[in-house]
Amino acid sequence: MASTIKEWKDKVVFVLTADGRIIVGQLVGHDQVQNLIMNDAHERVYSADEGVEKVPLGLYVIRGDNLCLIGEYDESKFSDDQTAPAPIPPIQQQIF
Amino acid sequence: MIFLSFFKTLVGKEIAVELKNDVVFTGTLHSVDQYLNVKLLNVQVINPDKYPQLVALQNCFIRGSVVRYIQIPPEHVDTELLEDAARRENAPASTKK
Repeated sequence: MASTIKEWKDKVVFVLTADGRIIVGQLVGHDQVQNLIMNDAHERVYSADEGVEKVPLGLYVIRGDNLCLIGEYDESKFSDDQTAPAPIPPIQQQIF
Repeated sequence: MIFLSFFKTLVGKEIAVELKNDVVFTGTLHSVDQYLNVKLLNVQVINPDKYPQLVALQNCFIRGSVVRYIQIPPEHVDTELLEDAARRENAPASTKK
């Protein structure tokens, strides 16, 4: 049900991509294969010793193939001085 | 469609979803579709110390193509019903109602 994404339209969402990156931005559009259009997006880059680095991306389109997870998040648990011991592993895609 | 029907019987139950990158989420199954995309409510990541990036998640939609396993509580599985459904699915067309 792509309709389950519809309820997040125009809201700020959390996106995890297949290569393990985290992109946060306002969801302005999507389709039935989860291609996304995000406005005012930024990537959250975690590292072990420094806090979160926010990389501004602006208007961003994500192809559905590369989407792993999309969801709502709790702003209060999203601190900028978080560090992560290791990056989220990528999902290996079968190459033909 | 047997798996879709099966997962639909688990709506509202607590399940764990393991992704192909070994990250595991638990949460309440909200909905599932024909691609086995799942939507979970009140998501928690297993091993939050390793993945602090993901602790802020609340409700999420997980694409079916990135799922490796879905773990389900055995008490919510009606094995007999599932066996019956599997038999019906594999029955020759002539015997189907």
